[in-house]
Amino acid sequence: MDALRYIIKRLLLMFPILFGITVLTFFISNTIPGDPARLAAGPHADAKVIEELRETMGLNKPLYVQYGTYMNNLVHGDFGFSNFSHQPVIEDIKAYFPATLELTLFSMFITILIGIPFGVISANKKDKIADQFTRVMSLMGVAMPAFWLGILLLLFFYLQLGILPGSGRLDTGLSPPVTITGMYTLDALLSGNWTVFQSAIIHLILPAITQAAVTIGMITRMTRSSMLEVLKSDYVRTAYAKGGTDTRVLYGHALRNGMMPILTLLGMTFGHSLGGSVLVESVFSWPGLGKYAVNAITYLDFPAVMAVTMLIAILFITVNLIIDILYQVIDPRLNYD
Amino acid sequence: MARRLFSSPLTLIGLFIVLMIIVLTIFAPWISPKDPLEVNLGQKLLPPSSEHWFGTDEVGRDIFSRIIYGTRISLKIGLLVVVIAFPVGTVLGAIAGFVGGVVDQIIMRITDIFLSFPGIILAMSIAAALGPSIENVLLALAITWWPWYTRIVRSSVLSIKNAEFVESARVIGANPIRVLFKEIIPNSIAPASIQASLDLGFVILAAAGLSFIGLGAQPPSPEWGAMLSSSREILRDAWWAATFPGLAILVTVLGFNLLGDGLRDLLDPKNR
Repeated sequence: MDALRYIIKRLLLMFPILFGITVLTFFISNTIPGDPARLAAGPHADAKVIEELRETMGLNKPLYVQYGTYMNNLVHGDFGFSNFSHQPVIEDIKAYFPATLELTLFSMFITILIGIPFGVISANKKDKIADQFTRVMSLMGVAMPAFWLGILLLLFFYLQLGILPGSGRLDTGLSPPVTITGMYTLDALLSGNWTVFQSAIIHLILPAITQAAVTIGMITRMTRSSMLEVLKSDYVRTAYAKGGTDTRVLYGHALRNGMMPILTLLGMTFGHSLGGSVLVESVFSWPGLGKYAVNAITYLDFPAVMAVTMLIAILFITVNLIIDILYQVIDPRLNYD
Repeated sequence: MARRLFSSPLTLIGLFIVLMIIVLTIFAPWISPKDPLEVNLGQKLLPPSSEHWFGTDEVGRDIFSRIIYGTRISLKIGLLVVVIAFPVGTVLGAIAGFVGGVVDQIIMRITDIFLSFPGIILAMSIAAALGPSIENVLLALAITWWPWYTRIVRSSVLSIKNAEFVESARVIGANPIRVLFKEIIPNSIAPASIQASLDLGFVILAAAGLSFIGLGAQPPSPEWGAMLSSSREILRDAWWAATFPGLAILVTVLGFNLLGDGLRDLLDPKNR
C-alpha cells in the first residue's frame, strides 16, 4: 500500500517537471533566437516569407498566448514541421527513435556486462594490480572523447582490418525486417530472419562499444566503492566463514546488497548515453535521433532540434523515475517518504 | 598539506599535465614550430616526421602547431564557463539554503528542470538557438552547468547554517546579507570549488563535442573538436589527423580529473 502511494506521489511530481521542461524548451526556441521566424524559415527564406511565417506562428502575440499554443500543439503530438525532411517532426522522430533506443540499450548491456564484474574484481583485489588496472582504465574511459574513440575504432576495424562495418544499421542489399518495434535486432529475431539479425548485431558492435566506453568507467568506479562498503560487513565475513567460494559470496551476497547505488547510477548513465548519441551516431552515420539532431543543426532546422531535446529529457526523467520506483520496491528498508 | 597532496603519483601526473597545458597556452607562439593557420598545399597529408611531428592536414597545415594553439581555445572555454557558472550557482545555492522556504523551493525546482536534460543535449539546443560560434558554445555550457554548483553549495550551507559562528554573527546584529556573504558562502564553498576544478576537464570535453558536431569553433580554427571533425574526410589517407587532436583532449581532460580527484581526497574528512 505504501509502495503504491509512493508511486502515485512520484508520478504526480512528474507533472511540474514536465511543465518546467516545456517552459525551458519554449524559452530556448522562442526567446533566445533573435527571430524565431527567421530560424524556422530556414537560411534561404526571403523577408516576405519570414513576415508571413511570423504571422502564422503567432509571434506577434503576447508570450503567454504563444506558450499556450505551443503547449496545445505538444499535447496533440504536434512538434512542428521539419524544413529539412518536409514532414511533421513527429514522423521523423517515429522513424529515427528506435535506432537510438536500440543503440542505447545495447551499449547499456555492454556497460553492465563489463562494468559490474570489473568493479567487483577491483574491490575484491583492492590495491592489487587488477585494481590499479581497472582504476586507470576507468579514469581513461571518463576522460576520453567518445567520438574520438569511435573514429579510432573505425580506422582500425573498418579501414585497416575490414572486419566490421563502418556505418549504417544493415549491410547494403539487405532490407530491414518487418517493423514491430523498429529495433532491427529484435524485429529480426521476432520474425525469425537470421541473416538480418546477424547483420544488425555486427553493425551495432562498434557504435555500442564506443558509447559504452565512457559509461563502463562510471559503473566500474561506482561498483567498486559500493562493494568496498559491503565487503566490510559481518554477513560477508560470515558467508566466507561458512565456506562460501569467492564467486558465491561476491556475486550472491555482496553484490546483491551493493546494487542500490549502482542502480541509481545506471539511470544517470542512461541519460549520458542518450546525450552521447548525438556524437556517436554522427561518427557511425547511425540513423538515430542524435544523427537526426546534428543534421537538423546543419540545416538550421530548429523545430527538429527542439523536439529531440524535449524527447530526450522526457525519456531521461522517465527512466530515472522507473529506477527510483524499483529502488523502493527492491529495498524494503527504505522509508517511502 | 602539500606533502599529502603530492604523495599520490596520479595527482602528480595530473598536476604535471595541467602545468604543461598552462605553459603551452602562454608560450604557444614560441613553442609551436609553424603558423597554425598557414596553408601549404605542397605539403598536404604528410605523415609524422622530424619536420612535422604530428604530420600535416588536408591543406598542409602543421598539426603539432595547431594542437599547441588549440590549448588556448580549450583552456579559455573551460575557465570562462566555470568562471560564469560557478558564482551564479554558488550564490543561488547559498540563498536557497540560507533563506529556505518558498525561495528554496523555487530555486531548487528550477535546478531540477535544468538537470532533467542530459547536459550536452541542453547545451546543444541553446547553442543551436544562439547560432554556431565558440562564444555561444561557451554561453550555452555556462547556462547548462550552474545548477550543479547550486545543489552542492545548498547542501553545504544547510550543514553549517546553524553553526555557532553563524549564530554569533546574527546575535551581534550583522544584517543577513552580510552573514550570507561573509560567513556562510566562504565557509561552504570548498566542495563546490573542487567540483569546479574537476569540471574544467568535463567542460573542455563537452565543448570539443559541440565543436565536433559543428556548433562551436568553426574551421580553420585550431580547436581540437573541430579538427577531429574535419579529420573524418581524410581518415583513409591520414590516421594522424584524427589521432593527435583526440589524444590532446584525452590528456587534458585526464590531467584536470586527476588533479581534481587529488584535491577532493585531500579535503574529504574521511581520508584524514
